[in-house]
Amino acid sequence: MAPATSPHPNAPTRPQPRNPTDLFWSFTLLALQGFGGVLAVVQRELVEKKGWMTNEEFVEDWAVAQIMPGPNVVNLSIMIGDRYFGLRGAVAALAGMLTFPLILVLTLAMVYAQFSSEPAVAGALRGMGAVAAGLIAGVGIKLFASIKNHPLGRPLCVVLAGLTIVAMAGLRLPLFWILPVLGGAACVLTWRKLAP
Amino acid sequence: MTAATTVTAPLLALNAGDWLNLFLYYLSLSLLAVGGAIATAPDMHRFLVERQAWLTDPQFSASIAIAQAAPGPNVLFIALLGWNVGINAGGPGVAGWLLGALGMAVCMLGVMLPSSLLTWLATRWGHRNRERRAVRAFKQGMAPVVIGLLLATAWVLARAHGVWATDWPVWLLTAVTVVLVWRTKLHLLWMLGTGAALGALGWI
Repeated sequence: MAPATSPHPNAPTRPQPRNPTDLFWSFTLLALQGFGGVLAVVQRELVEKKGWMTNEEFVEDWAVAQIMPGPNVVNLSIMIGDRYFGLRGAVAALAGMLTFPLILVLTLAMVYAQFSSEPAVAGALRGMGAVAAGLIAGVGIKLFASIKNHPLGRPLCVVLAGLTIVAMAGLRLPLFWILPVLGGAACVLTWRKLAP
Repeated sequence: MTAATTVTAPLLALNAGDWLNLFLYYLSLSLLAVGGAIATAPDMHRFLVERQAWLTDPQFSASIAIAQAAPGPNVLFIALLGWNVGINAGGPGVAGWLLGALGMAVCMLGVMLPSSLLTWLATRWGHRNRERRAVRAFKQGMAPVVIGLLLATAWVLARAHGVWATDWPVWLLTAVTVVLVWRTKLHLLWMLGTGAALGALGWI
C-alpha cells in the first residue's frame, strides 16, 4: 500500500502499461464498457483490475481532470497517458477513448430512427439509465473509503462532501461557484495540515 | 412514421464562413466547459437550434440521448451534433455523409483542442512539481469535494426515475446496483445487461 501522501504512479513495484499500444487498447476496452459515463469503469479497470493506480491517486487525478476545462474523462486519459509515455501516451490514450466509441455512436445514430418507437428499446434505455446512476453512486461510496488517510480527517471530509452534494443537487448552484468556494476552502484547510 | 424525422430536416446551405463560425464557436466553448461538456449543452442548444437553425429540436435531443445511452465518453454527443449539421447541409447520400464527417471533425476538434492542450501542459507541470506542498494540498484537498460531486451526479441522474410510489422498481434497481458495485467485484456489464433486459421486458 503506497502512503496517500506520496502518489508516485511510476513506482517500480506497480503494474503499468507496456507501451502506447497497450494504453490505446486499454482505454478502448474501458470506453466501450462505459455506458452512461466512463468514470465507474475507469476506477474498476485502472485501480482494481490493472492496479496502475491506487484509489487515492484516482481521486486526486479525477479532481484535476474535473477542475480543468474540457470533458473530464478526456482530460483524465490525457493525464494518465502522458505520465507513462509523454505526448505519445497522451495521444494513444485519448485516441483509445474516442475512436471506437465514436464509430459505435455514429452507427447507433444511423439506426436510431428505425427503432426509437419500439417500447422495448425505450425500456432497455430506462433500465440502463437506472443502473448507470447506481454505478456512479457505488463508486462514490467506494472512493469515500479511500479518504481514511486524508490529512483533514474523516469527519471534516464528510462535512465537505455533504456540503458539495447539497450545493450541487439540492441548491443547484453552478459548478463555477462550487469548485472555487468549497474546493478552495478544502485546499486551504489541507494546506495548513500538510507539513511544509 | 419514423422516417419522417429524417425527411423533415431542413436542407441547409452552409458556406465556408459558416463552417468556420461553427469551429470558432466550439473553440470558444472549450475553455468554458468546466465540469464536463454536458454542462454546456444548454448553450449549444441556444446557438445551433435557436440562433443558427442548423439543427432541429428533435435532432438535438436525440444526439444527447444516443450518446448517453451508448458506451464511451458523453462528449461524443458533440460529434453527433456536428454529424447532424453536416447531414442537414448535404442531404441524404454520399454528400451528406461527407459533410457529416466534416461537421463531426469541426465540432470535436474545436471543443477538444484548447482544453486538451491546457490540461496537458498544466498536469505536466503539476506532476513534475507533485512534491510541492501547494500541489499536494490542491490534489488532496479537492478529494472530498470531488466525491461529493460524484454522489450529487448520481442523485441528479436517479431523480429522473420519477416518484418513489409508482416508479419504485427503477429506484430499487439503482439501489441494488449501488450495493453490488460497493460490495462485490461483479462485472459492470452484467449489471448494465440485466438493467437493459429488465427494461426491455417492461418490468421496470
